[in-house]
Amino acid sequence: MSKVLMKGNEAIAEAAIQAGCRYFFGYPITPQNEIPAYMAKRLPEVGGCFIQAESEVSAINMVYGAAGAGARVMTSSSSPGISLKQEGLSYIAGAELPCVVVNMVRGGPGLGGIQPAQSDYFQATKGGGHGDYHLVVLAPSTIQEAVDLVMEGFDIADQYRNPVMILGDGMLGQMMEPVEFRPLSSKRELPLKTWATTGYTGDRPRNIINSLFIDPQALEEHVKRIYQKYEEIKKNEVKVECYNCEDAEIIVAAYGTTARIVKSVIQKAKREGINVGLIRPITLWPFPTSTFEEWAQREHVKAFMSVEMSMGQMVEDVRLSVNGRKPVYFYGRTGGMVPEPNAILSEIKKVIGGVSR
Amino acid sequence: MTKVFTRPKSLTDKPFHYCPGCTHGIVHRLVAEAIDELGIREKTIGVAPVGCAVFAYEYFNCDMQEAAHGRAPAVATGIKRVLPDRVVFTYQGDGDLAAIGTAEIVHAATRGENITVIFINNAIYGMTGGQMAPTTLIGQVTATTPYGRDPGKAGYPIRMSEMLATLEGSAYIERVSVHDIKHINQAKRAIKKAFETQLAGKGFSMVEVLSTCPTNWGMTPVEALKWLEQNMIPCYPLGVKKEGK
Ligand SMILES: Cc1ncc(C[n+]2csc(CCOP(=O)(O)OP(=O)(O)O)c2C)c(N)n1
Ligand code: SF4
Ligand SMILES: [Mg+2]
Repeated sequence: MSKVLMKGNEAIAEAAIQAGCRYFFGYPITPQNEIPAYMAKRLPEVGGCFIQAESEVSAINMVYGAAGAGARVMTSSSSPGISLKQEGLSYIAGAELPCVVVNMVRGGPGLGGIQPAQSDYFQATKGGGHGDYHLVVLAPSTIQEAVDLVMEGFDIADQYRNPVMILGDGMLGQMMEPVEFRPLSSKRELPLKTWATTGYTGDRPRNIINSLFIDPQALEEHVKRIYQKYEEIKKNEVKVECYNCEDAEIIVAAYGTTARIVKSVIQKAKREGINVGLIRPITLWPFPTSTFEEWAQREHVKAFMSVEMSMGQMVEDVRLSVNGRKPVYFYGRTGGMVPEPNAILSEIKKVIGGVSR
Repeated sequence: MTKVFTRPKSLTDKPFHYCPGCTHGIVHRLVAEAIDELGIREKTIGVAPVGCAVFAYEYFNCDMQEAAHGRAPAVATGIKRVLPDRVVFTYQGDGDLAAIGTAEIVHAATRGENITVIFINNAIYGMTGGQMAPTTLIGQVTATTPYGRDPGKAGYPIRMSEMLATLEGSAYIERVSVHDIKHINQAKRAIKKAFETQLAGKGFSMVEVLSTCPTNWGMTPVEALKWLEQNMIPCYPLGVKKEGK
């Protein structure tokens, strides 16, 4: 298949359609408006259904109903709207329903701004809503990767019966790049959705989509079973890119848009004789903890530095993973400000000056 | 011997957890009978609320989804759009439907969503211990209106049926009561008609059922039925509010 030039948001929407998603429920918010607009146009062409819901709260609950009825379904939003979806996401995780949710992150807190940010990392990776649960969080750094991860995201959701979040940002959604819609390289054995509420004819047990377990012992067992599933996900689904880490004096941790910027910084640093590596988590949850552990044990690595479009959120997971073996520094811009390569490089130099006297 | 009275097929054999004299049980039975009589149990999917009827998924003998508080119409929308040839109903209390879920019910109705809503108006939050509902009557004492509902502070009772009837998307809306046999029979006819409206693809249907909560009203079941008749019906007039699309 040939490549087409597409805007990130539209490519994400088309990827969902290619993955068999036929239902989309959304609510307008910048910078993701191209996703619902694309879906509104495309879904009727493929026999699907688009609804502009009355709020993000309703949209995510429509997702709940559609997923419970056995469909591949998606919603998308940006930070303030994703906050409103947290109730629904908690219920979806509790009822073990598969779906894909896109967050094109913008600056916060509050109404914040509309420029790209990564300040929803905590919300995305630590549960976000109430109760013990996790989303699988996929963080693409190119549009091609976004397309591939959306398609795989639906499979991951179906395989584990767990919601999957695509964590992008305004930059990724708005820019254009050539993309190819290609079949997934890994073929998964997906379980049949025998649990879906499609009508009880008596030839199977009655299906109930539910997250209520009034008996605490039953609830604990339910949650523990979900956590066994999370162990499987941690074992099977971690994705991470290590770039220029061999011989690196300092390893930068960055994801999504920020990782693209860090890659250009690494080239610049090389020309100045400084060896900088990059660990780019592609799954933010599960976090590539062991990758950090491994590099932290290398002699040549003197320090780590997390670079984010936030006041420092992923850096906490980097610290937990490095676990005191090497110092961990942070550099970030927030509120929609994008870190500049020169500023990142000078932070790197400061760190190197401090740790390799 | 012929059986003259038996459990509808659309109810499980699980005993109801409702308080003695609570009308939730009566309405469950009416819904189940309607489903049985229309022969649609195999293609019906119900959505349970958060409220005293939260365990409805254990009682209705069909596939069920349990929704978050107030979100049942959105959940039902998701199901119905995926499975347009199935029958989808929600069962919701007045806190669920007329307070926290106001946006969801209004927009399901205005979209003409082809679902059926059974709306239990008992003028109170039953499950959480008798707080004011949007439907609580003026002067009615509840846990959160200990001096009686004062409209100057807590507003007026909300008439959802009349409100939703103004929307072009709603096809059939009727308010009924279950305080005596005659009205129970009328309620049954209305519930059946609501499902028939959906089966005919006409759009949004809702039956508001005036109900009792003897426990939180602080009355015996019989007093509660009388209180409903004397106080609720004047505020919430019975009858068809919308029909014939
Ligand atoms: C988001 C959220 N807020 C509050 C509650 C607590 N809650 C449970 S049931 C209920 C009120 C139910 O009242 P109603 O819908 O009138 O049903 P009834 O019990 O009277 O049948 C409330 C407030 C909740 N479960 N979820
Ligand atoms: S609290 Fe009220 S509404 Fe709830 S079961 Fe008891 S009587 Fe019925
Ligand atoms: Mg109530």
